[in-house]
Amino acid sequence: MRIYHMTEQSYAPAWDKHQGSLRVNLPNALCEPEVASALFHRYYDDWMLADRLGLDIFINEHHATATCMCSAGVIPLAILARQTTRAKLLVLGYPIGNRPDPLRAAEELATIDVLSRGRLQMGFVKGVPYELPVANLNPVVLMERFWEAHDLILKALSTHDAPFNWEGEFFHYRHVNVWPRPWQDPHPPVWVTTASPSNAREIARRQHVMATMGTGYATKVVNMAYRESWEQMGWGTAPIDRFAYLGLVAIAPTEAKARARAETIASYPRTSGVVHPPFANPPGFFSVEANVELMRAGGRPKPRTFTRDGRAVSTSKGSVQDLIDAGIMFCGTPAQVVDQIIEFSEAVGGFGHLLAMAQAGNLSREDTAENLTLLATEVMPKLRAYVAEKGMVIAAAAE
Amino acid sequence: MDQHAAAGFLSVRDQPLEADQRGTGAPILYLHGEAGPDRDAPFLQLLTASGRVVAPSHPGFGNSPLSASITGIDDLTYFYLDMIEQMGWTDLSIVGVGLGAWIALELATSGTNRIGRLALIDAVGVKISDRTTRDIADIFALTDEQIADLAWADPALGLPALTTAPDQLLYDRARARETTARYAFTPYLHNPKLKRRLHRVRVPTLMLWGAQDRITLPAYGAAFAALIPGARFALIDDAGHYPQLEQPAVVARHVQDFLASSRS
Repeated sequence: MRIYHMTEQSYAPAWDKHQGSLRVNLPNALCEPEVASALFHRYYDDWMLADRLGLDIFINEHHATATCMCSAGVIPLAILARQTTRAKLLVLGYPIGNRPDPLRAAEELATIDVLSRGRLQMGFVKGVPYELPVANLNPVVLMERFWEAHDLILKALSTHDAPFNWEGEFFHYRHVNVWPRPWQDPHPPVWVTTASPSNAREIARRQHVMATMGTGYATKVVNMAYRESWEQMGWGTAPIDRFAYLGLVAIAPTEAKARARAETIASYPRTSGVVHPPFANPPGFFSVEANVELMRAGGRPKPRTFTRDGRAVSTSKGSVQDLIDAGIMFCGTPAQVVDQIIEFSEAVGGFGHLLAMAQAGNLSREDTAENLTLLATEVMPKLRAYVAEKGMVIAAAAE
Repeated sequence: MDQHAAAGFLSVRDQPLEADQRGTGAPILYLHGEAGPDRDAPFLQLLTASGRVVAPSHPGFGNSPLSASITGIDDLTYFYLDMIEQMGWTDLSIVGVGLGAWIALELATSGTNRIGRLALIDAVGVKISDRTTRDIADIFALTDEQIADLAWADPALGLPALTTAPDQLLYDRARARETTARYAFTPYLHNPKLKRRLHRVRVPTLMLWGAQDRITLPAYGAAFAALIPGARFALIDDAGHYPQLEQPAVVARHVQDFLASSRS
């Protein structure tokens, strides 16, 4: 079990100043550069601590939003490649379907892999719907463009004998020749996020790590699709290191203190969807059938998050207890959190990477440091011991 | 839902194309706009006073299937050029609305001599203002209520009760939004090259514009019309972006008069 520290690098000081939208159309007059700078430096301090504690590091990016100031994941990756010494550096991810120039992405990623001496984990994401209005590339053909960019990047990173030619549906290059070539051979491990069984099958066929983020108990369906597809390829049982799950994590010496910390971390799901509604539904992102259903339901989407016993939970309005019950958050003393993670992992088919959102919103430097320290020193050893003892039994239990 | 019940289908390039065909006489091709086919609109019936109206749902709209070979307005233009030849139409009258008017102009600038005249309504397709001024409201950044407010002189007409509407209406709306984006998301609802090709429109052209249209302002329409040699521009009162739906009789009279005068 590897555990990654994740923060959205939010600009929380603007969160109470929006007029119905924290994304795409929130004026950046609400951003004070001095405040942003102090926040950035503080988030880097958290990552440096994570590295010292033996945790890995997970970077992401969003655009035109106060929920996440990082608009280019490769910037912190590059800095951390130089400043940290041992942590895996996971970008999850690089929204390659939203970028006009995947060759540039391959060059950036190869450089970071070399600089970090082979610690890069290369995550590619479709991205959330609100990314598309800013990217301005056609959202209707996003996944076709995503997979072409993916294919090009992997070929660019693993071709060493000569420049090659690429004249595809979306991208055109006549001299692809990446310098430096990546440290890892044939290329850094690839991760892809999804919440859908059909994408899960596609990811399995490519043997990439599949990450689900905040999908709660619905993770099981996606994990099972991946496992089935893997088995159908004749590869046996999919190893547990092919599965990653993002959960919110709030740990403290006492349950009461952990709950208080959790209230602050819950500001993430409570603000994440605050966006002018059309930006949450770009054309083609959801199917025609799903849109017909949405109109029929008066614009109210069906619940997607459930507790283990099937109770629908709102991630934006639910209580901390709701989030814990739905497997969105792991919260309590170290012992309670170990139990929650094992219980959840067994229920959804197991995962070998825990992506821990251990900082969100206004969670202070001190609270984050204690959260990370307990995660690394109290929780991680017990989870590792559990995986070492039980191994693939985690997967079997859910089948 | 029986997708084939609402209208008949033509076969163009071996591809099924839903088409409402009504009336007799000289051919009138009606090209619908970005909001989707104007299913059973009174305007289509009124147009039959001037000839045989053929109103296809563009591939990807209404019940017409998508085609892998059509990914943009240029492909759609070649598709309709094929259709015009296949139908054997000459001296064809085209009535185009919004995105359909854009297609009509691509057809007219393409070099075919089978087109006799163009009646265009609240067209999109060219860039008029400077690069930081949006000519066409970003429909993908607006709620249904905001779109209705900008697109209709009477916004209530633009807000049907969707929870109780027929399946076909919801399906038409969902497909129109997706397929418009498929063909024209970026550059947004225009072809940057069309402006410098409009001198090639060599047929009589009428451009009608809803006086209350705030999706594409009348000033955009007037500047657009000025780029088309000899085009006549007229405003339709008490109408927004869809004058053919809000003022069908007035628009039909303008179009009928124009078709009659340009045929003689």
